Amino acid sequence: MSIKKSPIIENLRKTQMIELLSKEKRLDGRSLIDFRPIIIKVGVIQKSNGSAEVSIGNTKVVAGVKVETGSPFPDTPDQGLLVVNAEFLPFSSALIEPGPPDEDAIEVSRVVDRGIRESQMIDLNALVIETGKLVYCVFVDISILNMDGNIFDAAFLSAVSALLTTTFERKTVKGDGNIEVQKCKLPTRCIPISISSITIGDSILIDPTEEEESVQDSRLTLTFNDEGYLCAGQKGGSMGISREQLFKIVELSKAKAEELRVLVKKVIENAQI
Amino acid sequence: MGKLIDENGIRLDGRRWDEIRPITIEIGVIKNADGSAYIEFGKNKIIAAVYGPREAHPKHLALPDKAIVRCRYHMAPFSTEERKSPQPSRREIEISLVLRRAMESAIFLEEYPRSIIDVFVEVLQSDGGSRCASITAVSAALADSGISMRDLVVGCAVGKIDGQIVLDLSDYEDKEGEGDMPVAYMPNLDKIVLLQFDGIFSEEEFKKAIDLAILGNKKVYEILKKALIEKYFSMVDEK
Repeated sequence: MSIKKSPIIENLRKTQMIELLSKEKRLDGRSLIDFRPIIIKVGVIQKSNGSAEVSIGNTKVVAGVKVETGSPFPDTPDQGLLVVNAEFLPFSSALIEPGPPDEDAIEVSRVVDRGIRESQMIDLNALVIETGKLVYCVFVDISILNMDGNIFDAAFLSAVSALLTTTFERKTVKGDGNIEVQKCKLPTRCIPISISSITIGDSILIDPTEEEESVQDSRLTLTFNDEGYLCAGQKGGSMGISREQLFKIVELSKAKAEELRVLVKKVIENAQI
Repeated sequence: MGKLIDENGIRLDGRRWDEIRPITIEIGVIKNADGSAYIEFGKNKIIAAVYGPREAHPKHLALPDKAIVRCRYHMAPFSTEERKSPQPSRREIEISLVLRRAMESAIFLEEYPRSIIDVFVEVLQSDGGSRCASITAVSAALADSGISMRDLVVGCAVGKIDGQIVLDLSDYEDKEGEGDMPVAYMPNLDKIVLLQFDGIFSEEEFKKAIDLAILGNKKVYEILKKALIEKYFSMVDEK
């Protein structure tokens, strides 16, 4: 149980922020619903099966995918495994200390995991080598390099981009007993996108910075599939949210998810795997 | 017709789409604790207990302007179909976190500077919706401890089974259904304080689910209120 103190913002800065919010502006000059510049680089780690480095403003995250073989879970003998893990590296912020993943890191892992799993992005049934015995295990490890807010979307974007560019060697035993090795892409069905926003009073801010997050009332991370359906979500922050505000965020986020999906598609097309 | 709802709209355990499972709440079950409660929510059997506000240990955790809340959600090894390892899983750590946040929105933390409020939740038997049952038990325990709060917090999940939005999924419905959405709510302030979901929901279904969850939460609230009133009125009678 770690209880982290949020970074101290000078009161002046905070007052300024809230004043600007009433004019629908932010400290960095963005409108309330704009993302900071997003840069996605895929294939940054050659030893991984797939990788992506994502920057959203000063937030920087790298994800690597490893595909290995292992035994399936007893209750899903006909499915491959998906394991998502996130870690805040000790140099990612002055507030992070080395050690096993704390509750914040675990939350990031689980929110990203649910978004990918529930959108059915990966066809786990197509990752079986021998039912009940041997399957492919897809490990997605996310390292947070620099923290400046909206870790959830950066982590999600990096995981999805890495998975979309993942290739692995598929081994099949042929009739004559020889093993055939084939390099192939991961069986994916869609591009899920997560959008995080925070509320400060009546204002809704998409893609918050660390500074904005430190004065947030509540946070909401929503994941959408290709059809614009919601497939996972999680509320954060220590204040309640009204039904009306919630519905407004859903509408806003849905439109934003479309924009980001276009960006991801472009990156993947240019990657030529 | 699907496999979870029959042609008459009756679910496997005999409930309709807008019915919750039977709930009983008992206040003050752990004598040593400053506040405690026991809840049975369907097959869920959960104890929540509160210690504090008390001096923060270790000291560096303390905040000069408000209390901090620590929360531990834990499942007993015998609480599930197959034995659960007693070590906290990632799921338990995450639930501890979301429960803590939900309670932080209700407690007047600024009334207890430099102190700590410890909340412990032990799931003795688990069923679907254990985090919702837990939050209800926790808020009952906090009320029992006399810690000042803006509102009570109650929890009730909604979900999607056989393509329909229904209230309060059981364990089986959660496993076999298409989506689960635990929601915790402050009924008097009309604020949602915990929201998680997985499964596919259209925007319309999402809105319907939230409205149904609020309705379910109001039902749970009536039961919680009654349990608190009964406990404290019986104390008055004894005197």
